[in-house]
Amino acid sequence: MPDLLSVRNLKIEATAYPPGEPPRTVTLVDNVSFDLTKGKVLGLIGESGAGKSTIGLAALAYGRGGARIAGGQIGLNGQDILTLGPKEIRGIRGARVCYVAQSAAAAFNPAHRLGEQVIEASLRHRIMSRAEAEKRAVYLFRILGLPEPETFGRRFPHQVSGGQLQRAMTAMALCPNPELIVFDEPTTALDATTQIDVLAAIKHAIEETRTAALYITHDLAVVAQVSDDIMVLRRGRTVECGSVRQIIEMPREEYTRALVNVRQSIRQETADQSDPLLKVEKISARYPNGFEVLHDVSLHLPKGQTLAIVGESGSGKSTLARVITGLLPPSEGRISFNRKELTPALKDRSKDDLRRIQLIYQMADTAMNPRQTVRDIIGRPLTFYYGLRGAVKTARVKELLDQIEMGNGFIDRYPAELSGGQKQRVVIARALAAQPEVILCDEPTSALDPLVAQGILELLMRLQKETAVSYLFITHDIAIVRAIADSVAVMHRGRLVRFGPRSKVLSPPFDDYTDLLLKSVPEMEVGWLERVLEARRMESTGN
Amino acid sequence: MIHSSKAGFMSGRTLRQRFPLLSMIIQRLLLSVVLLFAVSIVIFGGIEALPGDFATTYLGQSATPQAVANIRTELGLNKPVVTRYVEWLGGALTGDFGTSWANRNSVSEQIGGRLGNSLFLAFFAAIISVPLAVGLGMLAVLFRNRLPDRIINIVSLAAISLPEFFVGYLLIVWFAVNTGIATFPATVYDGMPFLDRLSAIALPTATLVLVVIAHMMRMTRAAIINVMSSAYVETAELKGLGGLRIIARHAAPNALAPVINVVALNLAYLVVGVVVVEVVFVYPGIGQYMVDAVSVRDMPVVQACGFIFAAFYIFLNMIADILAIIANPRLRHPR
Amino acid sequence: MNLRTIPLSAWIGMAGLAVALVCAAFAPWVAPHGEGDVVGDIWAPLGGDFLLGTDNLGRDLLSRLIYGARTTILVSLAATVLSFAIGMFLSFMAVVRGGIVDQAFSRFNDLMMAIPTLIFALVVLAVLPQETWILVLVMAILDSTRVFRIGRAVALDVAVMEFVEAARLRGEGKLWIIFREILPNTLSPLLAEFGLRFAFAILFLSTLSFLGLGIQPPTADWGGMVKDNKDGIIFGVSASLIPGAAIALLAVCINLVVDWLTKRTSSLKGGRGDA
Repeated sequence: MPDLLSVRNLKIEATAYPPGEPPRTVTLVDNVSFDLTKGKVLGLIGESGAGKSTIGLAALAYGRGGARIAGGQIGLNGQDILTLGPKEIRGIRGARVCYVAQSAAAAFNPAHRLGEQVIEASLRHRIMSRAEAEKRAVYLFRILGLPEPETFGRRFPHQVSGGQLQRAMTAMALCPNPELIVFDEPTTALDATTQIDVLAAIKHAIEETRTAALYITHDLAVVAQVSDDIMVLRRGRTVECGSVRQIIEMPREEYTRALVNVRQSIRQETADQSDPLLKVEKISARYPNGFEVLHDVSLHLPKGQTLAIVGESGSGKSTLARVITGLLPPSEGRISFNRKELTPALKDRSKDDLRRIQLIYQMADTAMNPRQTVRDIIGRPLTFYYGLRGAVKTARVKELLDQIEMGNGFIDRYPAELSGGQKQRVVIARALAAQPEVILCDEPTSALDPLVAQGILELLMRLQKETAVSYLFITHDIAIVRAIADSVAVMHRGRLVRFGPRSKVLSPPFDDYTDLLLKSVPEMEVGWLERVLEARRMESTGN
Repeated sequence: MIHSSKAGFMSGRTLRQRFPLLSMIIQRLLLSVVLLFAVSIVIFGGIEALPGDFATTYLGQSATPQAVANIRTELGLNKPVVTRYVEWLGGALTGDFGTSWANRNSVSEQIGGRLGNSLFLAFFAAIISVPLAVGLGMLAVLFRNRLPDRIINIVSLAAISLPEFFVGYLLIVWFAVNTGIATFPATVYDGMPFLDRLSAIALPTATLVLVVIAHMMRMTRAAIINVMSSAYVETAELKGLGGLRIIARHAAPNALAPVINVVALNLAYLVVGVVVVEVVFVYPGIGQYMVDAVSVRDMPVVQACGFIFAAFYIFLNMIADILAIIANPRLRHPR
Repeated sequence: MNLRTIPLSAWIGMAGLAVALVCAAFAPWVAPHGEGDVVGDIWAPLGGDFLLGTDNLGRDLLSRLIYGARTTILVSLAATVLSFAIGMFLSFMAVVRGGIVDQAFSRFNDLMMAIPTLIFALVVLAVLPQETWILVLVMAILDSTRVFRIGRAVALDVAVMEFVEAARLRGEGKLWIIFREILPNTLSPLLAEFGLRFAFAILFLSTLSFLGLGIQPPTADWGGMVKDNKDGIIFGVSASLIPGAAIALLAVCINLVVDWLTKRTSSLKGGRGDA
């Protein structure tokens, strides 16, 4: 019996249109081959630009944004789908092969009810009658753990939450009883505590319906929970392919090893945390519309140390940074720096106060003026705070470039000419140029690929050692907290849940939320998800 | 243009959450009323604030101080501005725009018939141009970046650049002077047979259609392309649905709101476009009436016509916004 | 930027624009006759002694067209520059100051835009004396409402970018933020908008002149020339079509350049530029 999906020497190209240059052909995927048998799950893993989504969509004979399949075969049950006409391909899409997109919020049509969209493909391909399809939809809603499965389908996409939408999208893919489903980063946009539920639901549904799946993600820990086999991709080529256990426990290639070992602890916790440099006392803050985003938050950060603030979206962690910078003056409470109270509003602070606290953003793209060169970007704080000009300034910019491990050759480049990691480094250099005492880091690595992020974290730690700067590091990623923090603050819905030295915060006894949060973060080991779910079941039966 | 005005007309927050559609429509209606009121202040009060004395203007060169004083009394200009504004607004709301300075006739009476003529013209221009523009826009999307699309793009770009009067005279030269198919000037009179009336407005209607169609078509094209490139259309494609089903079921419901908006905005433009077209074709509508009044500085007529034009414009913009609100599923089906 | 990437349509547009500008700048040297000289019969035909014939008073149409280019372009350009100065200043003020200033400016702008431009102009010009500088001022103020709206939108897009916030956090002054951070990033879309507004100003001025409310005779301007010669239409005299065609051609040329600029801007933003 042939494999369900058998891909041979796949090559995918697209035409790039660089501004001001003639168009050219770029290769997105080159010479990729793999097999997938019935009922199995293959994880495709890689950083951005690895071509994993492109391969996933190729299984539906679809090229997104002008991508076209330039060579190779894609066999579905022994039939090469690349030789089929448009009508036959339509017969495969949505019937035999289905697709789950990363952003279900955008992928559902806002004008129609969820139920209608879930059963649409089954009806149009005449796979089942309306009554059968509706019954199956309810069944799928139930096994995916959606609320009120009988009536869930009557809702509109905007009436349900992000995690529910993602599960509804999975139901939509499962409904026609396909042979293969392509999951394209289905949990990436979700918070950790939501991700684990969706992940569990997807895994359960796959087992229940015995469909085969391609599971695409950049997160090795996630794919380890749902896949049987893993294929590691890099720049459109295969790095290695093997069983989950082999990839996680005995990676053969250097690149895979790096992916597996990412974010191992970088530094030890500092013991003495008594002398605060930055102190936040009983801070509450409101948006202009009166909504209270922060409630009674108190914490402190000693000199030369790192305080990690961890929480999910909406926890108020970024708002706290805005309050400290003075962008959003607090409604109550005070902030002191070096035992001196800071003026609440940005416009009342002295230039020197501003210099001492610098901010690094999540998106380095928008944090730099695209019309300024690296020299202007790093040089401006030098001129502004220290009055440096001309050759002295250039010399200092070059020094800073050395510090962030970038060569002098970058000095006259524009941000658009830098890679994601280089951009973030330049932003760090701009902060360093002010010679600050505290740098507020607002998720500086979450938009980056794991290995690049690792490099940025190591750079930040080295700079801390050299300059004794303190970091207030905002993140949603527990692994980062474990790797770099001296002290940790856990935030949930605008309140501080837990604060103290890392070793204390991250060890039991836990409060409910920290417990949930910690248990929701996938760990890089086979069978982790089962164990967590098992533990939950025990708990709920025990209670 | 949906304004985020925090008009506190709805006391309960819950009421707004339970009926977001209704409350937004009411909000938009009230906004239009406020806007119309403000416009009336600008058109009446703003004009009075400008330098230049009406009485002097009215009398022209022969203004002796005595004559000026007399005419001020006669026109009621000696009363304070606020009093005159209130009187004017009260009259305007009951359909009385005072008397013309030029011929001492009732402005409302003179406007009445002409407004009908203008609306007659605009109505036919609209029912021809709207389906044509939307159809061409869809055609352009269907043949996107291919020859028909490029041709439509170049032609419409050129059409946007043509002044109304130039289009009008071109049509006159071709169809009235050279071939004699159509008539010029476009004279209509009371009791004119309907078909004669139609043939009289053929050329002005064609001019208006040409002027308004290019914009409408380009905006329609952009609106549809925007929808077609969305993720849910890709989802539909990946469900293996046919092209027609994707367009009819998945693209159309979402493209409807922006296209309706485009149409309403262009109809508002059409109302203004009649001014020039009426002058070109010597068509007895409100636009030509206003231009004539401006050149002899007959202020009551100018203010009345200006107010009516602005009212139509505000009304059409409001319709555009309200239709966009109704077409939004988020508001139709609140959480 | 690469000259070879400029499409043919943009070259045509730029060439047309250049011809018009040369005519405008060197009118007395280019034109065969004076602006107001009566040189022949009324409505002499094309070809003959006069390349484009004569107008309703027997003046050389070509000469008037060339002098008209000067008036039309100069007045439109002055109005556009002024409207940009007003609109940009107020919109950037609104964005940088935010809050009540922004609200006040924006609501007032909504009010101004609730009255159609032509109607507003007719009402205002009915009261004001007929002087060219007043005309420029009225055109500029009315058009600045549109500039304000687009300027505010563009500036707002840029102002919420984090590099602007970074500048504020550094403690930079408002002038630095406007001129060094926001303005350089808004130039491309605003340049395209300037072209669009300029084309619109030419059409608008011509319309006003055609209605007898714009440039006053005997000064030549294209819209006024259409008006002067419109009675010839029924006799098949093309004298009013020629200035009309000149207006249309100039506007088309500007739009071709603007079309290219807009596509270039959107492709810089990473879009495929075909929408």
